[in-house]
Amino acid sequence: MTEEMHARILPFPARPHATAGAAAALPLHMPHVSQTIPAALQGPLLRPLSVIRLAQVQAIRAWAGALELDAPEGKAAQVGSRAVSRAGSGLGSRWSCLTDHASSVAGAMPHHRMKDEPHPGSPVIARRGGDPSAAGSDRASVPVGGTAPDAPPSTQARSRRIVSIHLTDFAMDRWLRSAAARQDAPPDDLPVVLATDGPHGPVVSATNRAGRMAGVRCGLRVVDMRALCPGLHVVPADPDGDRAVLDRLVLWARRWCPWTAPDGPDGIVMDATGSDHLWGGPAEMLRAIEGSLGALGFASRPAMAPTRGAAWALARHGAVRAVAMPDTLATLTAPLPVQALRLDPATVLLLQRLGLGTIGDIVAVPRGSLARRFADAPPMQHPLARLDQLQGRLPEPVNATYDPPRFAVQARLAEPVQDPTPLLPDLCAALCQALADAGHGARRLTLTVYRTDAEVSTVTAATARASRDPDHLRRLFDDRLTRIDPGFGFELVTLAAATSEPMTIGQTRLDGGTEGGAVLAQMVDRLSARLGPQAIRTPARRPSHIPERSLGWALALSQAPRGTIPWTWMDRPLRLYDMPEEIFVLYALPEGPPAQFRWRRVTCRIARFAGPERIAPEWWSDRPGTRLRDYYRIEDDVCRRLWIYRDGVYGDDHRDPPRWFVHGIYG
Amino acid sequence: MDSPLRPASTLCRSPDGDADDGNALPSGVAEPTLAEFFAATVTDGAVTGFVCSQLAAVVASGKPVLWVQDRLTQRETGKPFPPGLPQGLKLILVTVNRAVDVVWSMEEGLNCSAVGAVLGEVWGDPAALDFTATKRLAMRAEAHGIPALLIRRAAQPNLSAARQRWRIASLPARLDPDDNRAPGAALWQADLFRARGRAPGQWVAGPGPAGVVLSHHLHMETGHSPALRATG
Repeated sequence: MTEEMHARILPFPARPHATAGAAAALPLHMPHVSQTIPAALQGPLLRPLSVIRLAQVQAIRAWAGALELDAPEGKAAQVGSRAVSRAGSGLGSRWSCLTDHASSVAGAMPHHRMKDEPHPGSPVIARRGGDPSAAGSDRASVPVGGTAPDAPPSTQARSRRIVSIHLTDFAMDRWLRSAAARQDAPPDDLPVVLATDGPHGPVVSATNRAGRMAGVRCGLRVVDMRALCPGLHVVPADPDGDRAVLDRLVLWARRWCPWTAPDGPDGIVMDATGSDHLWGGPAEMLRAIEGSLGALGFASRPAMAPTRGAAWALARHGAVRAVAMPDTLATLTAPLPVQALRLDPATVLLLQRLGLGTIGDIVAVPRGSLARRFADAPPMQHPLARLDQLQGRLPEPVNATYDPPRFAVQARLAEPVQDPTPLLPDLCAALCQALADAGHGARRLTLTVYRTDAEVSTVTAATARASRDPDHLRRLFDDRLTRIDPGFGFELVTLAAATSEPMTIGQTRLDGGTEGGAVLAQMVDRLSARLGPQAIRTPARRPSHIPERSLGWALALSQAPRGTIPWTWMDRPLRLYDMPEEIFVLYALPEGPPAQFRWRRVTCRIARFAGPERIAPEWWSDRPGTRLRDYYRIEDDVCRRLWIYRDGVYGDDHRDPPRWFVHGIYG
Repeated sequence: MDSPLRPASTLCRSPDGDADDGNALPSGVAEPTLAEFFAATVTDGAVTGFVCSQLAAVVASGKPVLWVQDRLTQRETGKPFPPGLPQGLKLILVTVNRAVDVVWSMEEGLNCSAVGAVLGEVWGDPAALDFTATKRLAMRAEAHGIPALLIRRAAQPNLSAARQRWRIASLPARLDPDDNRAPGAALWQADLFRARGRAPGQWVAGPGPAGVVLSHHLHMETGHSPALRATG
């Protein structure tokens, strides 16, 4: 679609004050509006008929003027619209495809073709999944056919400054960043991919520059890419972690403007209206954003536009740091591909098959044709809806998430003190008051003391469930403040709830007692504060039948204790060694039961045994060559009851003879 | 002190007394006071089995057990393995480095009314586990009505304020009814060598549905008997 056609046919601003008169003067017959429009489209598409007619009339009139036809107004409409249809047929396949037999009778066309006369020379494209009768009923119900473009959006809608940031390699950048923090960053020339689970094995979800140079592409299977690039380093992707980091990044981006929100899995959108001048203008602001994100290790492409859709499109498909103003919006977005409209791949494919490759092409097509052609599309996958969002006809505000509240209190001292302990009760009470006012409870507390010689020390305590009990929070710091080196004394002490979460008031029991879970959580808090959270654990069952793997130990801070379930019907020992201890066994038969063993330098004879119980390795997670285990429950001559196993059997594929281990102790 | 112990008059009069003293046996469930259990040998699982069998009432109450281990005990005898523990037992495992932390953690657990029982394991004879520490544990346990069970390994029964002091060893297991070569239900030699408010005694113990079953007479169906030291 050329710019000329685009300019001639479509954009006609409707002047509201001229609407009534012009519409009254031109008795055009329009089909009736029906209710088959997707709900989301009704706003922009269902304008008052007078406006639609006026715009149409103006389009026709302009077109007629272009053809130098001088006719009375009433006829000019028909002549002009005939000219439109002629131009449509002359345009060839692109227009003809759109004016299929259903749409050809729409309101866009003059009413001499309102009957079932196919347009001569225009190929008929059957509607997908629709029968002729349905098409016929559609015909009468198509509402907005061929409306020339609506009145342009108000200047208020277009005066916003929306910034969209596309983090081009977000997942890989994040992994590289964490690897660098672990001192484990791969060399730059090592191809690395992040893999997610697919229906037929792992699939590449992200790759680094070396991987791209080697020909690795996202969306393909890891095995195929390994064939292409044998030295590929595969790391499992972590979408949840990416999401959490993106959420934090969204809050971090509030340094530029107060309205920021995540936009898809790898984007940030922010409403910078009124704050761009603080950064020296749009271009400077985008440069600052790109630079700051680059310093964090995230490659980004920011763009600014009056609408969210346009900013999204320019950030992903436009020029580097593109800035679109209301007057340049149309020209900057016209050459962008239709993928920039945030459509699903099926819709994009259909548009490309129709010959509509760019946004400019879609703009040039009469709306009615598109509306009918994509009547089956979901509301927000309709090209017109997305186009309206891009052009500002359909509002799409940035829904910023709330900044999580921060709670901190401080004690500023007139003179340095050596011991912060006496200050703690007041600090805790003040902090808990602030938490109670906001309906929150603290999960993690940080006490920071500032020494007079500019040294800063922090003590951190965590809680298993949100708490705002001053006494409990104070006790978490018992015996821990003495480890702070006071130096010449502290002059400032702050207590902050580094992590807090909403907390509802629990119902206490009628007899004055408190709920058991809260009391238990407070005990876990105190133990964790003194011994470290790693020391307090609760058992967590895991899906495995290897004994040591069937049981995990979760942090008690994060998981409440649960009742144990018997794992199997087999008898299991009371105690289990983390690392099985090797023993030396005498036996009568290699495959038979043990007769005597030597454990911890003591030789014991085996009096009775039960077994073997064979536990095979888990081929899906064990390394090749892992041997099976034959477990015996034995009782020795000093009446100890042990759980021992033979690692492997004689005659398997290993050269080494099987070894024996003690794994558990029975009661 | 409102001791939940039974009055001495109902207790057994003599450790090797008459056959009709079945009602004079210790109850077989953990009592809300401090009890010490000495293991005969380090790698003997009898003491674990004996203590865990006493937790039947705690399991039924649905409250968790705070199980405190020092690191040497954990390395030498392993961690508790929930599949083998009584069904429904909720467990919070605390691993500490020093005996003083075991005592402190047990005290914290005894202060918490939501804990069903506190179980500690201490290796050797640390100085932190002196008479004062055990007295504090015993009084807290009795004040809050929570059993405190202290397992001692490689230890001497020195001065202690524990209200009951047991020495537990393994006995040959009962016969397995289905397999005459296999060990059946466990049996333990339970020696209550010091107790407050009752006479000491020796029993043959075994796991029962509602706690430890203590009996003076072993129903002899075991095959071999190299270590049947005392059957009452």
